Amino acid sequence: MKRGLASCVAVVALAGGACVTAPTEDEVAAKASAMLKASFKANGQAGLDRLEQDDTQRVCSAFAGKTPRGDVALRIERANLASIRYPADGVLLGDWKNGEKIAQEGRGKQFSDDPSGPVGANCYACHQLAPQELSYGTIGPSLYQFGKLRGYGAEVQRYAYGKIYNADAYVACSSMPRFGYHGILSEQQIKDVTALLMDPASPVNR
Amino acid sequence: MGTKPTRSVCGAALLGLIASVASGQSSTVDEIAKYRAALQDGNPAELWEARGEALWKDRRGPRQVALSQCDLGLGPGVVKGAYARLPAYFADADRVMDLETRLVWCMVTLQGYTDADAKKQPFGNGSERKSDIEALVAFVTAASRGVPMNVALDHPKAIEMYRVGEKIFYYRGGPHDFGCVTCHADDGKRIRLQDLPNLTTREGARAAYTAWPAYRVSQGELRTFQWRLYDCFRQQRFPELVFGSDASIALTLYLARNANGGIFDAPAIKR
Repeated sequence: MKRGLASCVAVVALAGGACVTAPTEDEVAAKASAMLKASFKANGQAGLDRLEQDDTQRVCSAFAGKTPRGDVALRIERANLASIRYPADGVLLGDWKNGEKIAQEGRGKQFSDDPSGPVGANCYACHQLAPQELSYGTIGPSLYQFGKLRGYGAEVQRYAYGKIYNADAYVACSSMPRFGYHGILSEQQIKDVTALLMDPASPVNR
Repeated sequence: MGTKPTRSVCGAALLGLIASVASGQSSTVDEIAKYRAALQDGNPAELWEARGEALWKDRRGPRQVALSQCDLGLGPGVVKGAYARLPAYFADADRVMDLETRLVWCMVTLQGYTDADAKKQPFGNGSERKSDIEALVAFVTAASRGVPMNVALDHPKAIEMYRVGEKIFYYRGGPHDFGCVTCHADDGKRIRLQDLPNLTTREGARAAYTAWPAYRVSQGELRTFQWRLYDCFRQQRFPELVFGSDASIALTLYLARNANGGIFDAPAIKR
């Protein structure tokens, strides 16, 4: 950035004009937002509305990959915590075997995906889970032995379900998709993935 | 692969389990490295380069003229080293252009194609419908192999595009909250087993940017940087990035400039 600004000064000086103030970060962000809207086209299930940011996306984008702290973080976390809907029946654990399938499934929500086809959570793209799966990513932490290490109690179940539903409720500007908030996964799917993490019989905990 | 989960949590068994998982992982990574090394032995990108050279030299379009008068930034017809300086501000168009948009500009202004005709097949479909743009990009980029990246921000519009490109890099949106930043702002990360470059560092930007375009074995096509961005946004769950759009150029400028000083080494070959 420093080099960019320096060459601005040089260009304007050569042109003999007075150096105008460089646009502020907010002005550049507004330009980026407008440019994005003019640079994409709707394709299948991916409409232009996907470029509209909610409050969390807007604030997190402005933090440019850094984690907000203090009041900003608290505000984001509280707003996202308030979005979490727990199952009416109070049961948080589904079938870990279905959870494993959902964790493996990478399709869903791309314009190239069949809108009536499966929508997965693609957990293994970023996390280690069951030790049998060697092809896992490292963008997120290892979740191997998730329940075994934390205990299988109701509070941990509630945390695991909530984290999958809306990760920003616990860590502002998390890289993890908000699977429940955005409706990527159904309530049953979130229960199944929670079971993958929390069922003592799940390979994650064996 | 043969790791059996065990109920035992006694120290030795647990250590053994961790060690065998780790060795299973590293042997998988080693095998992938061997596969990648084997790929380097003969790159079909040469076929695209040869076709691109013919497309560059032949008299084509409604006006039946060659692209050899096309100015890619170093003067009419100069191909050697041109890609290492792109994207750049072009006074004749009064805008910042990357290679692909500059090629379209020349096809329109010199050869007489309509803009729509020039852009009608930006990417090949993996079989019979090949893209002239991909072939031309292969030819032009090959002439920068070994040249250090040297992208200048020497016009207010280039400076603005760079800053907007940086904002787009960090722009999170869509149903998954993804942005470029999600996968490309940390060192040493993987998605599944695929290593991810940290594009916010000089080393990461250089390594990644200088290795595109690339022949993709899995697709049987040579893919341009425009395609790379199009496919990243597809996986981000964004709508479709328009070929040659301003956002595509701004983001390319941001990444290319960050790669300055890196030795250009493409067309490459990738899985």
